[in-house]
Amino acid sequence: MSEPKKFEAGLDSDSRKSPVRVAFVTRRTSPHVKAQDDALVMTWPETLFRAAVAIEVLGIALVLLALLWDAPLEELADPMQTPNPAKAPWYFLGLQELLHYFPPVIAGVLIPTMVIVALIVIPYFNINVEAEGVWMRAKQRRLRIVGIVVGVLAALFVVFEVWAILIPTLAVAGFMFLAAASSADSPDRFRRWLVAKPLSFWIMSWFLIQASVLTIIGTFFRGAGWAWVWPWRA
Amino acid sequence: MAKMLDTYVNDLRESRLWRSVFRSGTGATNLHRALAVQQNIFLHLFSVKMRRAALNFSVTWYLGTLSLATFLILVATGIPLMLYYHPSVPQAYADMKDLQFVVSAGVFLRNLHRWSAHAMVLLVFAHMFKVFYRGAYRPPREFNWVIGVVLLIITLFLSYTGYLLPWDQLAYWAITVGSNIMSAVPALGKKIRFLMLGGNTVNANALLRFYVLHCVILPLAAILFIGIHFWRIRKDGGLYTGEAKSHE
Repeated sequence: MSEPKKFEAGLDSDSRKSPVRVAFVTRRTSPHVKAQDDALVMTWPETLFRAAVAIEVLGIALVLLALLWDAPLEELADPMQTPNPAKAPWYFLGLQELLHYFPPVIAGVLIPTMVIVALIVIPYFNINVEAEGVWMRAKQRRLRIVGIVVGVLAALFVVFEVWAILIPTLAVAGFMFLAAASSADSPDRFRRWLVAKPLSFWIMSWFLIQASVLTIIGTFFRGAGWAWVWPWRA
Repeated sequence: MAKMLDTYVNDLRESRLWRSVFRSGTGATNLHRALAVQQNIFLHLFSVKMRRAALNFSVTWYLGTLSLATFLILVATGIPLMLYYHPSVPQAYADMKDLQFVVSAGVFLRNLHRWSAHAMVLLVFAHMFKVFYRGAYRPPREFNWVIGVVLLIITLFLSYTGYLLPWDQLAYWAITVGSNIMSAVPALGKKIRFLMLGGNTVNANALLRFYVLHCVILPLAAILFIGIHFWRIRKDGGLYTGEAKSHE
């Protein structure tokens, strides 16, 4: 049974004396080890050429844009004359729209801080890293939790009368429950796709839809006094 | 003709001057292609070989590359714009009018800078969502995701500080609205706004501060973090191309 070992494990730092290294690959393997014999190409010219083409195409598109449309320039700044509505740059209009619904501390400070913190911590939660479908395990308990969270949020948005957040929230929740009601071997491709989606997917998609909806409303549907306007009637 | 051109290019690359500039030497072997990357200060952040799968359009949509492209265009147009701009009230606005009516191609320069800035914000957001939906943020790339979030915030501040510089009604009131949001921070809000604007309202001090942030501090921060971002891509095992299933 016990044959004498043909090797001896040892520690040595002199690469000339013992040039062989043994690597112990632990559970958290690096992608190098996993994808060792993927097809490789030379960075020059393959990658750099493609990157140059991509950069040039975008450059041409932007030059055309700059030739066809002029950047806005209004009258000289006048602190005595407030335009109505006064709008922030477009990427902050979602935030400005939030300020219309919630007190400044919530909309202007708490929510943006929470978004940034949430973005930073995404890769540090194992539930996001493993990316298992949210309904794959402990389905009943998770249904209860998601149900309560969605219910509380919906009630909050009804109290504040924030339909622009309530509707997308309910839509995302609806798809989540559709996923819960679907099986992993459903004949429907869309349902199979939904089932496999992890919690982080649902939260991020909710954020993406919500941010887009609020930004579009703030940009196009808000007029004097931040009142609702239809852009095609202006 | 093509052949002749080829010989000229080859002769040029063999010349003593060329050889003194480019360390990699001549030749079309893979060794020389590798040296062309590894021996070049601007390219050496790349590995000399990459996974073929990482080049597929569907993997990245080239959104990171395109974000960099907008940044390069913004630097290239921003520096000439600085030559025509005084960060003072009301000269800043007069400079906008000069760009419009006096400076050759001034309108084009400003247009390209403006639209590229909007494109950069859009592309950086798109890049973030694309990385998220592909799961490319997972270990070992988690810290590079954090660097990416920092770059997103730098991008937003770059765009926001640039927004004030034309000193027209649009700029002035957009920054006023934005800085009012900041004053909602409990206890410190007013102090933060004062620090940012150099006063309690948007004024000449604010213009100067935004100018320095926009042209010096934030671009340098962006370059630093872009450098770290690229370096980490390589250190973390190259672009994420999905799980390698065949080996598990």
